Amino acid sequence: MISDIPLNVILMQLFFGLALGSIFVIMASGLSIIYGLLDVVNFAHGAFAMLGAYVVFCAVSLSGNFAVGIVSAIVIVALIGALVEVVLLKPLYGKDPLLPLLLTFGLAVAIPDVIKIAFGLIGKAVAYPAAFSGATKVGPLILSNYRMFIIVFTLAVLISLWIFLKKSDLGMIIRAATQDSLMVQVLGINTSRIWTIGFALGVGLAALAGAIAVPMMSATPDMGVEMTMGAFVVTVVGGLGSLGGAIVGGLLIGVIVAFTALVAGEYSNVAMYFCMAVILLIRPRGLFGESGRE
Amino acid sequence: MLSVEKVNTYYGYSHILHDVSLEVKEGEIVVLLGRNGVGKTTTMKTIMGVQPPKSGKVLFFGEDIAGLPPYRIARKGISLIPEDRRVIPNLTVYENLKLGSLVQGKVKDLDDRLQNVFGYFPRLKERLGQEGGKLSGGEQQMLTIARGLMAKPKLMLIDEPSEGLAPKIVQEIMEIIQKLQRDGVTILLVEQHAEMAMRLSDNLRAYVIEKGEVRMSGTLEELNCRIDEVVHCLGAKI
Repeated sequence: MISDIPLNVILMQLFFGLALGSIFVIMASGLSIIYGLLDVVNFAHGAFAMLGAYVVFCAVSLSGNFAVGIVSAIVIVALIGALVEVVLLKPLYGKDPLLPLLLTFGLAVAIPDVIKIAFGLIGKAVAYPAAFSGATKVGPLILSNYRMFIIVFTLAVLISLWIFLKKSDLGMIIRAATQDSLMVQVLGINTSRIWTIGFALGVGLAALAGAIAVPMMSATPDMGVEMTMGAFVVTVVGGLGSLGGAIVGGLLIGVIVAFTALVAGEYSNVAMYFCMAVILLIRPRGLFGESGRE
Repeated sequence: MLSVEKVNTYYGYSHILHDVSLEVKEGEIVVLLGRNGVGKTTTMKTIMGVQPPKSGKVLFFGEDIAGLPPYRIARKGISLIPEDRRVIPNLTVYENLKLGSLVQGKVKDLDDRLQNVFGYFPRLKERLGQEGGKLSGGEQQMLTIARGLMAKPKLMLIDEPSEGLAPKIVQEIMEIIQKLQRDGVTILLVEQHAEMAMRLSDNLRAYVIEKGEVRMSGTLEELNCRIDEVVHCLGAKI
């Protein structure tokens, strides 16, 4: 069946897959940082992505500038995230691990409802930024400029994130606290603040994913549900708490979804879960996950 | 410098420390002796705020620090070298050391502090780029003490530095502790090897702990006068 498909169509689909996967990668990186640092499984991750999409819609409507939209999405949603962590999550640490899970699950339901009240049920479209509208012919392929932008932009985000984590003091503290937060506190670092920063960073990344996705899919109150599921599948495939896993898992799932869409469109979401199930059977901790936590 | 006054510490409902009092004066080495599980480590954790006391005071330069979070106690100038070492495994030796220096925020004299630490632990200098988790047990212990020193603490709480190490490395670490004290670092030490610990310094004092209580205290001579009791508590001579 696949052999009947011309090469350029396959390459196109690979390209679509990488663009979709890029959004997954950014989502899953944020999820991974939050889980690694706070041990909180953030079910509201997609809801924060959705907030990012709506911030872009508002900011672009007001300023007409897509870059302003992206920056405001990250900043505003990260601030909301910090507030959520300080006010709602902090009181739950050290108690039943189910509580933070229930809280983020509750947020995943409540946040979209607030957006429905404020913006209505109908989605809000955001036009492609002028600089990246249209398409470019590359050899036999016609590639959407915006999708190329997403791939390159994601690469830039990941490199910046890597430099931040590897080279800055704050990044080093985040890596250390991910491994042993009590020891980091004994060394004189206010880990409570590091957790707030980590959560804000994680949901800021979710907002970024929602923000860059919005021109392709328009902002809807329930877009977060699918984004959360996608991010979870990617994280499970790549391995919980692993940034490298988020990257490989994200691209892999993106490409798998795109190719299934090509041969059997109605199964593209099923394929994602099928892939997760297979990987879990072969390697329960995911591709890059650590073998277990204390 | 440090004065622990009648602290009572619990793990959940179990009462671990009963009215424990002890004192550490500036420049001293004080040793906590006792069998396994009598509350020596809990005493260290109580001072550091990791396991805060339910009652009693922990006075550091006259200020009651009981109940403060560990990071604020660290900022007052106390450094805990935990018994399980807790080197951050994925961070390099350099990063572990740098992490130790960040107690008051970014420092300007990082290089000086590193040089100072290499004076005690020259071997770490060769391992700077290696991940902490890949070091040998002895090297990890050295890194843990070195990381604590990077904060320039006024008081170091060193918990069982010899645990699980070869005798030669234990000897090396004891000499370093001796050197630290000579250089003016005040030390509260938990040590199983009582005989060795008691000879770290001429004017050293020790507290003997049994079942979460201080049974006796004094210098080597004073304790040797009550050697039967000491042997009863420790199961060994000093």
